[in-house]
Amino acid sequence: MAAAAATASSLHGVGAAAAAKPRSAAPAARRSVRVAAAGSSRGRLVARNAVAAKADEAAAAAGSKSGGHEVLMFEALREALIEEMNLDPTVCVMGEDVGHYGGSYKVTKGLADMFGDLRVLDTPIAENSFTGMGVGAAMKGLRPVVEGMNMGFLLLAYNQISNNCGMLHYTSGGQFKIPIVIRGPGGVGRQLGAEHSQRLESYFQSIPGLQMVACSTPYNAKGLMKAAIRSENPVVLFEHVLLYNLKEKIPDEEYICCLEEAEMVRPGEHVTILTYSRMRYHVMQAAKTLVNKGYDPEVIDIRSLKPFDLHTIGNSIKKTHRVLIVEECMRTGGIGASLRSAIIDNFWDYLDAPIMCLSSQDVPTPYAATLEDATVVQPAQIVAAVEQICQ
Amino acid sequence: MAAASFTAAKFLAPVAARSGGDRAPQLPASARPRRGAQQQQPRLRTALAVSSDVLAGNKAAAAQPAVTREEALELYEDMVLGRIFEDMCAQMYYRGKMFGFVHLYNGQEAVSTGFIKLLNQADCVVSTYRDHVHALSKGVPPRSVMAELFGKATGCCRGQGGSMHMFSAPHNLLGGFAFIGEGIPVATGAAFAAKYRHEVLKQSGPDGLDVTLAFFGDGTCNNGQFFECLNMAQLWKLPIVFVVENNLWAIGMSHLRATSDPEIWKKGPAFGMPGVHVDGMDVLKVREVAKEAIERARRGEGPTLVECETYRFRGHSLADPDELRKPDEKSHYAARDPITALKKYIIEQNLATESELKSIEKTIDDVVEEAVEFADASPHPPRSQLLENVFADPKGFGIGPDGKYRCEDPKFTQGTAQV
Repeated sequence: MAAAAATASSLHGVGAAAAAKPRSAAPAARRSVRVAAAGSSRGRLVARNAVAAKADEAAAAAGSKSGGHEVLMFEALREALIEEMNLDPTVCVMGEDVGHYGGSYKVTKGLADMFGDLRVLDTPIAENSFTGMGVGAAMKGLRPVVEGMNMGFLLLAYNQISNNCGMLHYTSGGQFKIPIVIRGPGGVGRQLGAEHSQRLESYFQSIPGLQMVACSTPYNAKGLMKAAIRSENPVVLFEHVLLYNLKEKIPDEEYICCLEEAEMVRPGEHVTILTYSRMRYHVMQAAKTLVNKGYDPEVIDIRSLKPFDLHTIGNSIKKTHRVLIVEECMRTGGIGASLRSAIIDNFWDYLDAPIMCLSSQDVPTPYAATLEDATVVQPAQIVAAVEQICQ
Repeated sequence: MAAASFTAAKFLAPVAARSGGDRAPQLPASARPRRGAQQQQPRLRTALAVSSDVLAGNKAAAAQPAVTREEALELYEDMVLGRIFEDMCAQMYYRGKMFGFVHLYNGQEAVSTGFIKLLNQADCVVSTYRDHVHALSKGVPPRSVMAELFGKATGCCRGQGGSMHMFSAPHNLLGGFAFIGEGIPVATGAAFAAKYRHEVLKQSGPDGLDVTLAFFGDGTCNNGQFFECLNMAQLWKLPIVFVVENNLWAIGMSHLRATSDPEIWKKGPAFGMPGVHVDGMDVLKVREVAKEAIERARRGEGPTLVECETYRFRGHSLADPDELRKPDEKSHYAARDPITALKKYIIEQNLATESELKSIEKTIDDVVEEAVEFADASPHPPRSQLLENVFADPKGFGIGPDGKYRCEDPKFTQGTAQV
């Protein structure tokens, strides 16, 4: 297995994950040897990498230059905000209960004391208007970070997000830029009910002019938050309600994640599994079972929901020739649907099997635990899907 | 026409015989803000309603002109520019030079001129789809506006915005919005940025805060964004003036049929800010009220809601048959044409002669003709312009299969864009 890059870190408590690698880390020669040894893609699929995961973890922990420090996901986001607000006085936060309350998921805890009530603005409950206010402020030189207390609430701000965030740079002929970050927790939680369990990435993906990223680990949360704030584009940063207490060791020194890049979670040979946000952990859990059954899945956290990192994804498909997409969006019109089309358009010749896409059911998320579990993709389904693809 | 004599004291004096407003209860201690940052404001709702009927009785003011000769000529020229430009737009539309939805401002010039001529370059204007004249008053060159309307690459928005999306960064014109109400939060944000620059970045202009004007109509005043922004602007004392151009009609919907309480100025005091009603067909009255409202904002005293009673002489847009408005209503307002009224005032007050005013009109005719020639001669945007301004940072188009950002591919703008 290739060595982990200097900026990689290991993840605790959510199932073993291989270190994140930059795009072109694996040397070409080694890759072709492995492919040759594995036989044809339709023949026996023998796992060569069963022990690779553990070795990678050890390598990754040593990757950080200094000791690094452990943080929970919400603390990582908070660190990013504090660093950026210290570096650039035009960065400000607005949202409901972000100030005195510290944020309903504690992402902005203590920021109002540090930066004051104007830079960490407690807004009234008026999503459409305060998002629009963020747009106007961005047009006039500020860099607002607008929080939706739950991503679902931003449906109320759809007018401003679509028409103004997405369009104003274009309709003004490039005169005004909107360097705004819109963030908040979304996704299916634990029995939060239908309206608090929405996945807005599928609703926003068509909006031209909007960039979208989804974080999934404390490491990439901090890096993506910083990159989103520094970007001149309007960026929607999707967090997940269930991931805020993930713990990970992240570097002490400053780092940024590229907004447009996908993250290689676990290199493999047999199938490319594309996923993002919380489903990454269901996929990695399924990966453990798959490895025991003799499969070698390559897991990529796509991170960038719009635009897709077709370079990383394409290189993976050229290697494995099989794709499984695992997402938390509803099936209809989800991120998976768009990703499938993009892959077919660009990499049709490399596919040996139809692209499979596992999505949530097209139902409003039920309250009952058993039903809620059935709406999202579970690891057993991922295992079955890989077995089907790799037949 | 009588000039308004409008003092600050009158502006803020409580209105007599208004039930309940002055007796608002104090907040209980538990509900007051914990930190001192937001001052506990007195809960009196002070506001003054000023109707032109009230002012008409003020004889003393009529004795002296309210403006100097230079100011009067500036106002006249600006209103004439607005009128002649819009008339030319109608001509050009029917000749097939501009398309889509075009909303003309004829009759409402007093509001645009009365307010915008008081602003500095650093002050911001946010408008709706009826934005051509706001752009012109703010200083956007007529040729840029006309070229934009013709969809040419030399338009102020490179032809990408059109009639309803006029923007100009050098003139701080922040749009041009097609959905009613969606510009008001943007204006509130611009005002927030002005306050932020002053308090956080410690960048203060010599005159005070930069002011933002939000223009919108009577129909918008029933929209949620209007109320949400009135609340936020007053809460944080933002330097903004909400200017309602009440022309009584929202396409074919009469204001009286759409609104439970049609007196829009009253909605200001409900949020704790002054609400003022002014005769929007009289540029000098509008200017008086605007002066005070803008100065209030600049001093950091917060927003004002100004309702201008005005009228559009043409239909909602050039596609509107305008069959619902009654002829006597139209003729009533035609008799109050703001340009005719100002002309009469200037001549009666001996500020200029008729021939001087005629020569201004002739100059403006030439300017507008030249704008049309410029727009006609300008090139259409090339195909390669299609994807140029979608993202400020073009990496938003993503990484292509060859590893480079797709926008760097010279063939990227040909054919169908792929994700």
